[in-house]
Amino acid sequence: MSVPARAAALLIAVAAVIGLGIFVAVYYIGSASSLPTVHFAAANGVVNVVLQEDPQNDSASKPDWVSYYVQDPDSKQWVHTTFFSIPAGTKVNVTIFGYDGCTPLRNNFFSQVQGTEGGTVTLSQFNSKGKESLTNDTTSVINSWSDCNVGHTFAIPSLGLYVPVASPDADDSANNLCSSSPCTPTFTDDAGKTEHNPYALETFSFNAPSHAGVFRWQCFVPCGGGYLDGNSGPMQNFGYMMGNMDVVTS
Amino acid sequence: MTTENTTENDTAPKPETNHWLRMSLSWLVLALVVDLLIWFVWYPHLPPGDMSDSAKHQQFDIAVLAVTGAPVVIAVLLYFIYSIIVWRARPGDESDGAPIYGNNKVAAAWIIVTAAIVMWAFAFGTAELIGPAGAGAGEGPNPIWKLAGKTSSTWTPGSGDMLEVQVIGQQWAWTYRYPQFGGMESFELYLPLDTPVTFHVTSLDVIHSFWAYQLGVKADANPQVDNVAYTTPKQLGGFTVRCNELCGIWHGAMYNYGKVVSQAGFSGWAAGVQRKEQTNGLLAVLPAYSLTYDPTVLPQLTSSNNLNKVDGITGGAGYYYPPSDPVTP
Amino acid sequence: MAIEIQSEIAEPAGRGSRDWAGYRSYWLRPGVHTGVVLAAAGYLLGHLLGNFLSSGYAQNALADSNDVPIVLGYSFGVLGWLIGLGVFNDLFWLVLGRQRPPDTHLSTLEPGLGKYFRYTLDHKVVGIQYLFGMTTYFLTGGLFAMAIRSELLSPSYHLLGASQYLMVVGEHGTLMMMMMSSVILGPFGQYFGPLLIGSKRVAFPRLEALGFWLTPAAYVILLSGVLFGGFPTGWTGYEPLATQATAGMDAYFFAFGLMGLSMILAGFNMIVTVINYRAPGMRWSRMPMFVWSMFSVSFLQVLSVPVLVGACYMGLADRTFQTAFFTNQLGGSSFLYEDLFWFFGHPEVYILALPGFGVISEVVSVFCRKPLFGYKVAAAGMLGVGILSFFVWQHHLFDSGINPDMRPVFMLTTEMISIPTGFIFLVGMGTFWKARITFSIPMLFALAFYFNFLIGGISGVFLSDVPADTTEHGSFFVMAHFHYTIMGGLIFAFMAGIYYWLPKMTGIKLNEKLGKLHFWTMFIFFNTTFLPLFALGMMGMPRRVFEYARNLETLNDWVSISAFLLGGSILIFLINLVMSMLFWRARVTEINPYRARSLEWQLPSPPPPENFERVPVILSGPYDYGVPDALPVADLNPPPGVIAGAYAGTGAGMTEAKV
Repeated sequence: MSVPARAAALLIAVAAVIGLGIFVAVYYIGSASSLPTVHFAAANGVVNVVLQEDPQNDSASKPDWVSYYVQDPDSKQWVHTTFFSIPAGTKVNVTIFGYDGCTPLRNNFFSQVQGTEGGTVTLSQFNSKGKESLTNDTTSVINSWSDCNVGHTFAIPSLGLYVPVASPDADDSANNLCSSSPCTPTFTDDAGKTEHNPYALETFSFNAPSHAGVFRWQCFVPCGGGYLDGNSGPMQNFGYMMGNMDVVTS
Repeated sequence: MTTENTTENDTAPKPETNHWLRMSLSWLVLALVVDLLIWFVWYPHLPPGDMSDSAKHQQFDIAVLAVTGAPVVIAVLLYFIYSIIVWRARPGDESDGAPIYGNNKVAAAWIIVTAAIVMWAFAFGTAELIGPAGAGAGEGPNPIWKLAGKTSSTWTPGSGDMLEVQVIGQQWAWTYRYPQFGGMESFELYLPLDTPVTFHVTSLDVIHSFWAYQLGVKADANPQVDNVAYTTPKQLGGFTVRCNELCGIWHGAMYNYGKVVSQAGFSGWAAGVQRKEQTNGLLAVLPAYSLTYDPTVLPQLTSSNNLNKVDGITGGAGYYYPPSDPVTP
Repeated sequence: MAIEIQSEIAEPAGRGSRDWAGYRSYWLRPGVHTGVVLAAAGYLLGHLLGNFLSSGYAQNALADSNDVPIVLGYSFGVLGWLIGLGVFNDLFWLVLGRQRPPDTHLSTLEPGLGKYFRYTLDHKVVGIQYLFGMTTYFLTGGLFAMAIRSELLSPSYHLLGASQYLMVVGEHGTLMMMMMSSVILGPFGQYFGPLLIGSKRVAFPRLEALGFWLTPAAYVILLSGVLFGGFPTGWTGYEPLATQATAGMDAYFFAFGLMGLSMILAGFNMIVTVINYRAPGMRWSRMPMFVWSMFSVSFLQVLSVPVLVGACYMGLADRTFQTAFFTNQLGGSSFLYEDLFWFFGHPEVYILALPGFGVISEVVSVFCRKPLFGYKVAAAGMLGVGILSFFVWQHHLFDSGINPDMRPVFMLTTEMISIPTGFIFLVGMGTFWKARITFSIPMLFALAFYFNFLIGGISGVFLSDVPADTTEHGSFFVMAHFHYTIMGGLIFAFMAGIYYWLPKMTGIKLNEKLGKLHFWTMFIFFNTTFLPLFALGMMGMPRRVFEYARNLETLNDWVSISAFLLGGSILIFLINLVMSMLFWRARVTEINPYRARSLEWQLPSPPPPENFERVPVILSGPYDYGVPDALPVADLNPPPGVIAGAYAGTGAGMTEAKV
């Protein structure tokens, strides 16, 4: 081949390789996540974060994975993400709607509340008839061994925060769970009748750290169905059962 | 193989440079200096420090290995540097070197010396392994080098008994159970000073590895296996616990901090945690010492038949294997 | 011992000239293009079949993912790739009992580049194919390494997501450890093995070429793991994390199994070639040390790699149809995987290191103009390392909970393996004694090899000591140790081999100035990158982490910047390679510029298609430098009666034929 032809071939090959490398880097590796972050603002040093966890989700690729949702504070819409940000040095009031059913814990130690204000959470349970079967029970342990009450956990290990998230009671967990996400306390069925989804409502508070940073949070109840030990799938992917809490200084 | 050439074919013979002597003398001086530096200057600062007796023995071990290895490194480097300076081909010199195919004496000496160093390292390493009760490494379920110290079902300060700690790795956090305190569990590893400690390391899911760096303890956490390691903390202070075996996405974030406190302080802390877990009813359902955390090992629950099971299993199993398979966690 | 010398490489009657224009167009014969098409078709077929067979199972519905279509897709894809390449065509024609088209294997005489993109049987073509393949795999692995070091610049700010980081770590490690196992055996072993023993061909050219063509398939499959989210286990693939992992893990197991198959075939071919195809007069004691190293490595491959292939198969079985080989709760054992893997894994690192010893031995004796000191010691060292490497694997598992009384045993065997490894230094040092040392670029790389391997080897002694290993296992100390031995040893030897042999292989010289720049930058930045890692490991940083203690940040930053500069030096090498081969094309002027005595230097650059016009008779060893009135190494044009007499006589290992 003549020199110009070789030079042209070389340039094209180099461009192709670099292009491929950039493509792989940006689309498969560098995109830590394309998930949105929900920003919470403080009012008088207090932030209200509202989350829910569902037995399935509304994504196209993994619809059967258990998933957390975050409620946007302004629009009140449920966003399918696990990234949110809070201002530093505030008191954070967390409300979690637990729609997913209960699971016995592999390590019952996780049914104990750690790291919240007062070391407790406050629970209410609503059954599939809309009746409140448990009202404002403040407790430091949620029984998951002789009764079925814990669905998941919400834990930020680097802050020492480990909170079991309650679930609907055993009977509802087995039979009447919410089946379309994002779940809501009531929905209209095909016949036009208003039905209730069973859920547990849990609130607790903790203090945000005073310095900025990214704090990972995860669930400690293996709920990746179809995976060995249940610890893969949603447990190891952002946007489902694990996420990042950004602490920002304003 | 021919023997070594000894004379040059010059018309005016000049005294042969004794390369051996030059190299040996320089080696001797350098090796001595470096060894002294290692032993007196570097040794006290060598990792992993001397916070526990296993760490201290490892520090000693590494220092001795360094003192043994440094002369070898210096010898080889010195030889190569000397030879590329002295025996480089002068410009324009196209001749061949001396046809030395080998030298039985040199080869034999080399083999004997390297074998001796290796045997020394082996003997020393074994002694250092047995002496400090396994050198902080995980010995599996049937350890043979144990710390002297009685185990009793409770631990009190000043008793000299061994403290048992069960280290549980789960994706992705470490928890610690103290069977001698009713089986209480905590996210923080507190240890009392000057107390022989037995770690029982296990995992609930995949392979992790418990590495308490300043304590010089490392033991892999395998599911359904009890890996035993020993140490005795000798200094107060904090230490880092890291996961040392790739266990999934948050392996790099699976660490926490432990503390060595005084015996009385430890007793107070443990009593507090135990009391809290007793009050909220958790203590009754944490098995004191178990590999599988199946609550069926708890007599009070088995008898009442009041166990929470889903599809016949007592822990989140992931449904990877069908529920009809026996023995799931 | 009637060896058929004139086989497929012979020209059929009537077509003697290289200018014969009777070759069909490249595009009409099987080659890479047909291979790719059939591979894609095979993947789709396998995927459909997998979905058909297994989508009904509960696990797949719950997990929204299914490994069976992926694995079957890979299997059928590889089969399609091989069929498309024409690997089975000879078998096909044989079965049909018909004559195959005449231009299928004449490609060694065929001008142009087409022969490098087809299933060519000439070992020299396979060597060049391996060279380009291995360079590609090395560069890809290196890019992933740059990504790792970018992430490690900060302990808290994360450039990559957590699972992306693990994916990058796993891809880097697996590309380097798995794909590069043939980095010297492939390009130089296949190319120069037969040349160095005076043979015109290898024993099993089809197996050899098949061994090469499995490697691009393994490469593509391994990289396809990125599309599935990667695999979270690093290159070791520990269970049960591997069973738990999402779909990218299948790529790892499958690619490793394929590469294993390639290694077994290559090893088997090399063993038979060295035993049976040596020219008359090429006694075992006259074989170049490089061939000894190839020979020992081939035994390691043939004996240890099947264990790995078994482990990969069991891992895939656990992932696809729910066996429980490695699931502790159901009676399997995670220890089983660890033992199977490391039983292969330890010989694997010697498969990586030993060929480096061989190349260095060749380079050193030529550029010292002296015989290799202690030939028998060197050969014993190669074989000794090979044999002992099967007895040391538990040193990777000292803290895993293995039987405690095994630990002193394996400490002993691991420390004993440093004795034969030390023979390389004895041989090198002895060869330097009273030599005439020329500092050509291969010699510079050889010196760097000794320096790096010394550090790597001594750090191995620290690791073999069980108490010291308690702190060092699984930390960056181990990382530094194996980068020093494998990258500092093997890759530097590879570079020495390239600068030494590439002009012989292609007839084109590499640029001296760029070569020296490459050497100095690579040596300096390699040491500044990996020497601090010993300290990092001792200070408590485990492997494969993306968060580390804050006080280690400065050291990590130094290492990362050095690593980028090291990447730059490899770029210099790449530029040298590409520009010299493609543009400057400075032809070599002499056949034997280094006045070397081994057989390959007695041939033109590049050697002719059938290597030797006549099978040579070997008259003396390749290391007789400095001997006045030494016999030439071989008679390349022996009178006809000599060869017939050699074959009719006492067979292999006979005495010199009287000329």
